[in-house]
Amino acid sequence: MMPPPVPPSAPANPASFTVIGMLWRWLLGFTFVARVRGLAMGTVSWGRALVTAVPFLWLILFFGLPFLVVLKISFSQAVIAQPPYTPLLTWAEDGIMVLRINFQNYLLLVQDSLYWMAYLNSVRIAAIATVACLLLGYPMAYAISKAKAELRVPLLMLIILPFWTSFLIRVYAWIGILKTNGLLNNVLIWLGLIDQPLPLLHTEFSVLVGIVYSYLPFMVLPLYATLSRMDESLLEAAADLGCRPGKAFLTITLPLSMPGVIAGSMLVFIPAVGEFVIPDLLGGPNTLMIGKVLWTEFFSNKDWPVASAVAVATLLLLVVPIVRFQKAQEESNKKAEELAR
Amino acid sequence: MRTATCAAFAAAMTCSLAVAPARAADKVVHLYNWSDYIAEDTLETFTKETGIKAVYDVYDSNEVLEAKLLAGKSGYDVVFPTARPFAMRQIKSGLYRKLDKSKLPNLKNMDPGLMKALASIDPGNAHGVPYMWGTTGIGINVDKVKAALGESADIGSLAMIFKPENAKKLAACGISFLDDQEETFAMALRYLGRDVATKNKTDIDAAAEAFKAIRPYIKYFHGSQYINDLANGDICVAHGYSGDILQARTRAAEAKNGVNIRYIIPKEGAVLWTDMMLIPKDAPNPAEAHAYINFIMKPEVVAKISNFVSYANANKAANDLVDPEIRNDPGIYPPDEVMAKLYMLPDNDQALIRYRVRAWTRVKTGQ
Repeated sequence: MMPPPVPPSAPANPASFTVIGMLWRWLLGFTFVARVRGLAMGTVSWGRALVTAVPFLWLILFFGLPFLVVLKISFSQAVIAQPPYTPLLTWAEDGIMVLRINFQNYLLLVQDSLYWMAYLNSVRIAAIATVACLLLGYPMAYAISKAKAELRVPLLMLIILPFWTSFLIRVYAWIGILKTNGLLNNVLIWLGLIDQPLPLLHTEFSVLVGIVYSYLPFMVLPLYATLSRMDESLLEAAADLGCRPGKAFLTITLPLSMPGVIAGSMLVFIPAVGEFVIPDLLGGPNTLMIGKVLWTEFFSNKDWPVASAVAVATLLLLVVPIVRFQKAQEESNKKAEELAR
Repeated sequence: MRTATCAAFAAAMTCSLAVAPARAADKVVHLYNWSDYIAEDTLETFTKETGIKAVYDVYDSNEVLEAKLLAGKSGYDVVFPTARPFAMRQIKSGLYRKLDKSKLPNLKNMDPGLMKALASIDPGNAHGVPYMWGTTGIGINVDKVKAALGESADIGSLAMIFKPENAKKLAACGISFLDDQEETFAMALRYLGRDVATKNKTDIDAAAEAFKAIRPYIKYFHGSQYINDLANGDICVAHGYSGDILQARTRAAEAKNGVNIRYIIPKEGAVLWTDMMLIPKDAPNPAEAHAYINFIMKPEVVAKISNFVSYANANKAANDLVDPEIRNDPGIYPPDEVMAKLYMLPDNDQALIRYRVRAWTRVKTGQ
């Protein structure tokens, strides 16, 4: 009997239902693998391949290799020694090489609710911070893009200016502002709005303030980039056709600025999830975040393997869905462009 | 244990202060020590006397030091871990170089009693020399605590903080604990009348319960921040290291802000710790490291450090050189009957440590 014909993009073998099959399909989504396949099949020229090789080499050297090292450690066992984990490969007698892979670290992540709580809490705090950055950053970027040409550069400079001071010192400054005897409480008491200082520092609120403050420029800059490139004539046409400014904003400006919204949100959300310094300095003991859990595994437990497993799991649970999401976004954009033609 | 000007800007990071090299650009020693743990002129005098430039880095927890040592190639020549359980297991794991005692003639100045006690974790004192010692107790803002608990309150007992009704009253003015599960569990076990060196998970659970009962009233857990906060009146009760709390007292007195701080060794006893000077196995400059350790063992040098940081040193010859004010402070050199109640941190296996760290994380996050 002949097998039914299948579309070439989806492997039809039963492997697609297994973990390896899923992994394979996932890998196919990556440009790098696609290029290598193209090269092997002769559909991509060597010259083009060389040009694209540079960023891929960068990625392999500074992301791929370190990730493999972390992945390797995540399968070993913790010991108090230098380095503080067991080797995966050992030579036994008679020239037998023994490969010892320890899955205990990953089992622990599933069994202990601590990691899930920390992970979910990190995602929740990062999501709130991203929305807050968007609500604050969008009007700022919009205003800068609509400002007079000679004002734009100074305004952008003001957004970038805080980077001239160390990140650590800027976060530390918030301690002085938010603490019990700090600036904000003193001002509020002086104004007569409160009689007792508010507990602002060491709360989830202070962590959110710290993240929003630190990452706001990363939201404003990509938003500004898309908004300033927008075709003004579209808004003029809308006005000519009797569309009111509010509706024109919602139907034209906002949808066209979506790439900037997505880019800015990613730039804020991804680093915010793994943030350590801000929750450590501004957070209270009950702000459980994955960055702090990693710190505890490394420093208090001296358990590099579990710490590595947490890092790998975070990456798989966070970065991979986001990369896939972006991929899907690009494809739908492409389709939309084709339709427009 | 001890801390903060640097920590004020650096909590998790390190801050370094390089002493200007007088003439020797080639000879250098890299020191990695607790923050606020030397006198103002110690490094300058060392460079003047030996011609060796000192590069000084600081940390505020044993865990950070241990992580760097385990990673290897830390680049430091002298480190200052706490004897139990840290230096003990680090020596056992072979992280340190054996001392060349011919280069340490000042060893004769050391307190033989303390050296003998340390031989239990470092046979023959082969690897390390004691630096400073102290206790982990409670620092209070006397006026605020009395205002919260009443004049007749028993502030000499751990019940002051572990009884929920007391902790509730103190919550408004602020309670802080060290973020150190070794120290906090030892104290809670002692308060409950259980064995500090327990291998029993139910004891750990009981200690965690004691913390959970007062958890809503604890402001934060940190290894150094309490010095400034206690001195400024931002908190009124701090679980902390003796010298740190005494430094907070000095700062409050200097600031003349009316904050009156007292260091208490609870009647249940307190953790007695000793910090040691050790040379990592892969130290790049072992000869200079020996020179620094020998320099610190000079009575006049270490006496100045004690005067500055409010910690007792382990140098017998320095006793007469320490300011009488420090020498006679029962918080720094406790009288014999208090000494008898002090205890050391136990050594535990990895599984129990993990269990305790887990329990501690749950306490902190209020789960």
